[in-house]
Amino acid sequence: MDELKEVIKNYVSNEYLEPDSDPIDYDTPLISGGIVDSFSMVSLKRFLENKYHIQIPDDKATPEAFDSVNKIAELVKEFVKG
Amino acid sequence: MSNFGDYEDRIKNFSWSVSEQELGYQPGQPINIGACCSDRICQQGKGDKIALIWEGFSGEKKTYTYNDLRRYANTFASFLTRSGLKAGDRVCLFMDRIPELYIGFVGILKTGAIAQPLFSAFGEDSLFVRLENAQTSAIFTQKKHVSKVRKIREKLPHLQHIFIVDYDGKSPLQEREEAFSMEGLGGVEDYEVYPTYAESPSVLHYTSGTTGMPKGVQHVHYSLISQYLTAKWVLDLRDDDIYWCTADPGWVTGTSYGIIAPFALGVTQCVLDSGFSAEAWYKFIEKNKVTVWYSAPTAIRSLMKAGDEIIKKYDLSSLRHLASVGEPLNPEAVNWSIRVFGKPFHDTYWQTETGCILITNFPGMPVKPGSMGRPFPGITATVLNPNNYEPYPQPGKIGLIGIKPGWPSMMRGYWQNEDAYKNKFRNGWYLTGDRARLDSDGYFWFVGRDDDIINTGGHLVSPFEVESALLEHPAVAESAVVSKPDPINMEVVKAFVTLKPGYSPSKDMELDIMNFIRKRLSPLAMPQEIEFVELLPKTRSGKIMRRILHAKEWGEEIGDTSTLENE
Repeated sequence: MDELKEVIKNYVSNEYLEPDSDPIDYDTPLISGGIVDSFSMVSLKRFLENKYHIQIPDDKATPEAFDSVNKIAELVKEFVKG
Repeated sequence: MSNFGDYEDRIKNFSWSVSEQELGYQPGQPINIGACCSDRICQQGKGDKIALIWEGFSGEKKTYTYNDLRRYANTFASFLTRSGLKAGDRVCLFMDRIPELYIGFVGILKTGAIAQPLFSAFGEDSLFVRLENAQTSAIFTQKKHVSKVRKIREKLPHLQHIFIVDYDGKSPLQEREEAFSMEGLGGVEDYEVYPTYAESPSVLHYTSGTTGMPKGVQHVHYSLISQYLTAKWVLDLRDDDIYWCTADPGWVTGTSYGIIAPFALGVTQCVLDSGFSAEAWYKFIEKNKVTVWYSAPTAIRSLMKAGDEIIKKYDLSSLRHLASVGEPLNPEAVNWSIRVFGKPFHDTYWQTETGCILITNFPGMPVKPGSMGRPFPGITATVLNPNNYEPYPQPGKIGLIGIKPGWPSMMRGYWQNEDAYKNKFRNGWYLTGDRARLDSDGYFWFVGRDDDIINTGGHLVSPFEVESALLEHPAVAESAVVSKPDPINMEVVKAFVTLKPGYSPSKDMELDIMNFIRKRLSPLAMPQEIEFVELLPKTRSGKIMRRILHAKEWGEEIGDTSTLENE
C-alpha cells in the first residue's frame, strides 16, 4: 500500500505541481486544494488505469475519491486484482 | 416582487439612463469602474458593510468591508503608480481566487490602466500568447504560478514588472520580480483616481478564435452601466443579499458579475477558493447563508451527479434566486433545481464580447426550462437567416443570433485586430456565432455554435490553438481537434492524431500527449480522448475536414464529401 501511495504521490508531484509549490503528503487535498482540477482528473485517472491495468468506472471517479493520495490509493486498491 | 417587475412595463420607453442616474453618472463626465465599486459605496455610508467574504480550501476565512476594499485597492493603485505604470498600460492578474485578485482588479482600474485577468491554470504557451499580444507591462501573480512566468519572460520584453503577492523570502527574487504584500503595505487612505471617461479602456479578456490565436476583447469603463443594471434586474441583487458567483475572474463572468456588478451595487459577496466538491459547495452556502447563487450548467450537472441525499444534510433555505451561465442549461437541470431547492435556475445568455447578460429567463417570470429566455430591455436580439443576414420574419426557424450594436458593455474591439472585429458584423447586426430559434412567445432556444469552437464546461476552446500545440509534441505528425459530447461538460476536446514514423500508438503515448497539452495550454484544452489514425480526412487542397470528424463524434450526417481527398 505504501508503495502504491508513493507512486501516486510522485506522479502528482511531477505532473501537477509547479516547481515552487509546497510539497504534498498523503493527505494534502488535491481537488479541493486546486492542485488537480476536474479536467486534469481525467489524465490522473488514465495514468492509474494504465499503470495498474484497471478500469475505474466514471461514477467512482468523483472529486471526493480523488481528493488525496490516501483516498486515491483506497480507490485503486478496490480495483486491483489479487 | 423581483427588482425587475413586469417585462412589458420595463421594455416600454427603456433607456440606459436609468442605470446612469442610479450610478450618478453624467454623460461627458469621468466614470471609473474602480471608484464606483469602492469609493462611491463608502461615500454612501456603507464603508463598514462587508464587501467580500473569502474562504480558502482549508477553511481559512477573511472578510473585507467596503472601506477595506477602497483602501487596499488604493494600495494596489498607488503601488502601480509608484512603479511607473500609466493609464492604458496592460496589467495582468494571474492568480487563484484569492482576495488580491478581486481587490487588485479594482485597484488597477483606479489607475486608468487596463486590467487583464488570466485563468491561473493556463500553461506557459497560453500565458505567453496572451501577454505577448497585449504587450502587457506588469503581472501580479503568486509564487506557485511564477515559474510559468519565468519560463517565458525572456520572450516578453514589454513585461517589465512581475509582482509576487505572497513572496515569503525562501528563494531569491529573480530578474524583474518584486514582492508586493497588500496587507503588509497596509491600506492607503487617499488615492487620486485617474479620470477615465466612458470610452476609456478598462478590461481586456481573451477569448478563443476559430482560425487564429486568442483575441483580446476590449471593454470600456462605460460597460458598468449595463453590468450594474443587468445584475440588479436579472440576478435580482438587493442590498441585504449574500451573493455567490462561482466563476473564476480569469473569465468574463468572474469580472462582470464576480467583481464589477456586485461591488457597484454595494452587495456582500462571498468567494470560495477551492476545487469543486458538492459537499464543500453546499456547506459554503449553508455557512454563509447565500441568497443569490450564480453558477454554471457544468457545476449544476456535477451537483446532480452527486445525488439528492447529500443535499438533505445541509440547510440551504437561505437561497432566494438561482441563475446560470456559460452554456445551455438543460431542462433536466432546471427541473432538478425546482425539486431539490424549491426554485429554478434561470439561464442567462451572453459572451465575453457582450460584457453583460443579453437574453435571460427573468426573475419573477415563468421559466421555460431549456430556453435561453427573452432579451433584456434595450437589447435588440433576433434570429438571422444565415444566407442574407436578415431576421427571419416568422419564429421557429433556426438561424444565427444577431444583436443590434450599441449597448453599453459591447466590446469596443479586438486588441490590435480590426479585421476580426469587423468580421463580427453583418448587415448592421453583431454576430454572436451561436445558432438558435425563436418561439412564438419571444423566447430564444439555443441550438449550437456556428463555428468549430468547443464549449467545454462553459469555457471556449479553439481547436486551432490545440492543433498548433499538438504539432509541437515530438511524436505528432498531424492532428484535428473537435468536440465530443459529454454528460457533465456538454462538450469535451477530442483529438485525432497521426504519428511520425518511429512512434506507435499506445495508452502511454495518449497520456503523454494529454499531459503535454494540459501543461502547455490548460487543463480545459487537454484532449479527454485521443484517437490515433493513419490518415486525417482532407480536401484535395490539403485542408483537414474537421466537420467530418465532428459529425462522426456527434452521430450526425456527414454531408457532402465530394471534396474529400481520400474518397
